Amino acid sequence: MFLDSGDLQAIWLTIRLASIVTAILLVVGTPIAWWLARSRSRWKGPIGATVALPLVLPPSVLGFYLLLAMGPNGPVGHLTRTLGIEPLPFTFWGLVLASVFYSLPFMVQPLQNAFEAVGDRPLEVAATLRASPLDTFFTVALPMALPGYLTASILTFAHTVGEFGVVLMIGGNIPGATRVASVQIYDHVEALEYGQAHRLAAVMLIFSFLVLLALYAWRPNARKG
Amino acid sequence: MKLSTMLFIVCSLLCITSVARAAEVHVAVASNFSAPMKQIAAEFEKETGHTVVLAFGASGKFYAQIRNGAPFHLFLSADDEKPAQLVKDGLTVADSRFTYAVGTLVLWSAQPGFVDPKGEVLRKGTFTKIAIANPKLAPYGTAAIEVLTKQGLLATVTPKFVQGENISQTFQFVSTGNAELGFVALSQVMKNGKVASGSAWIVPGKLHRPIRQDAVLLATGKDNVAAKALLDYLKSAKAKIIIRSYGYEI
Repeated sequence: MFLDSGDLQAIWLTIRLASIVTAILLVVGTPIAWWLARSRSRWKGPIGATVALPLVLPPSVLGFYLLLAMGPNGPVGHLTRTLGIEPLPFTFWGLVLASVFYSLPFMVQPLQNAFEAVGDRPLEVAATLRASPLDTFFTVALPMALPGYLTASILTFAHTVGEFGVVLMIGGNIPGATRVASVQIYDHVEALEYGQAHRLAAVMLIFSFLVLLALYAWRPNARKG
Repeated sequence: MKLSTMLFIVCSLLCITSVARAAEVHVAVASNFSAPMKQIAAEFEKETGHTVVLAFGASGKFYAQIRNGAPFHLFLSADDEKPAQLVKDGLTVADSRFTYAVGTLVLWSAQPGFVDPKGEVLRKGTFTKIAIANPKLAPYGTAAIEVLTKQGLLATVTPKFVQGENISQTFQFVSTGNAELGFVALSQVMKNGKVASGSAWIVPGKLHRPIRQDAVLLATGKDNVAAKALLDYLKSAKAKIIIRSYGYEI
């Protein structure tokens, strides 16, 4: 067979992780992006910078801090213990939480751009027609920002698939829970299993190209429309 | 003007002579050996005037890099397989391979009193996570599996495994408390001849095959005087004292 069961498990896990993270970020990212696009608060700068941090920080820094924070002596670790839930490092949900941070700018920034492009005018018109702010958001802003949502979702999904450094730091390489495709490839290379590494790497390469192709092919159409 | 010209010439000459005497050696070192190697390199530099540039990492990664032309002169692996493979690949200087250290496995916890001196804690199973190095990649991981197999505990302990990609990461999981205990290298927890913190069971060597760590002079280091000198220095009594002080046998 082209890929063995371990590779398939890693791919499936990666897809599951990326899907869940994208779904969570659609919910979490929307209000943040909306606020960043509309607010004139003096906090706009610091909040925007914080959201963009994962773009700049090495994943090892993020992974290291997350490991300390989620560990038994860290603030998140204290919280999970108080709530009586399993500690987060080395679990699938630990990876989800880490990835939400890691991919945050890839969701928020395209959405923010999309919301900014909507402008004040349509919202003011909606307001004069007595639409409530919530109503305005769902019937005016959201449909207008739809291309932005597509871009943001594809980027978030793809970026989570490509995650490696953070997973390595907090994952613990557990099959079916934290051993994602990028880690599996790393293991193959480390174990000198270059054939398997090649096959799985090729799958990742083709996938990444197709995702970006979809994104770039979509964009000009969106402009024309 | 003339003075500056003269100074320039003198400086250049000085530079050339110093380059001729002291060479630079680039060494790829398995991460478990980083602490002793730093000390050995410092002593070596002091004695010979050569410069040692150290790179620490996973042996498998170094192997891939060396095969693809990485500019290392000397390779200190965490096992004996990868240097042997490089010999087969024809990327080494003939007959330069030797065992520079034999690793000692230790079951360690950052909490004092958590691991008893006989390792009974494994049988009691009073823990939720135990860290080991990936047995597919790291010899310390393979040794840990052998120990558990020999004690008949592999099946009960396996569900509690968290795996580090190498022994450094495994140590990190335990030292941050994310895993209560783990199988790490004695060299990582030893300072001045004793376990520096937490609690430990030094695993008897008879419970697993020896963790032989081999070094090899790479073809790129064939004409490098510093590389050859460092290889010899690693075999010296002075280096062996340092190596042993970190819990290795040799």
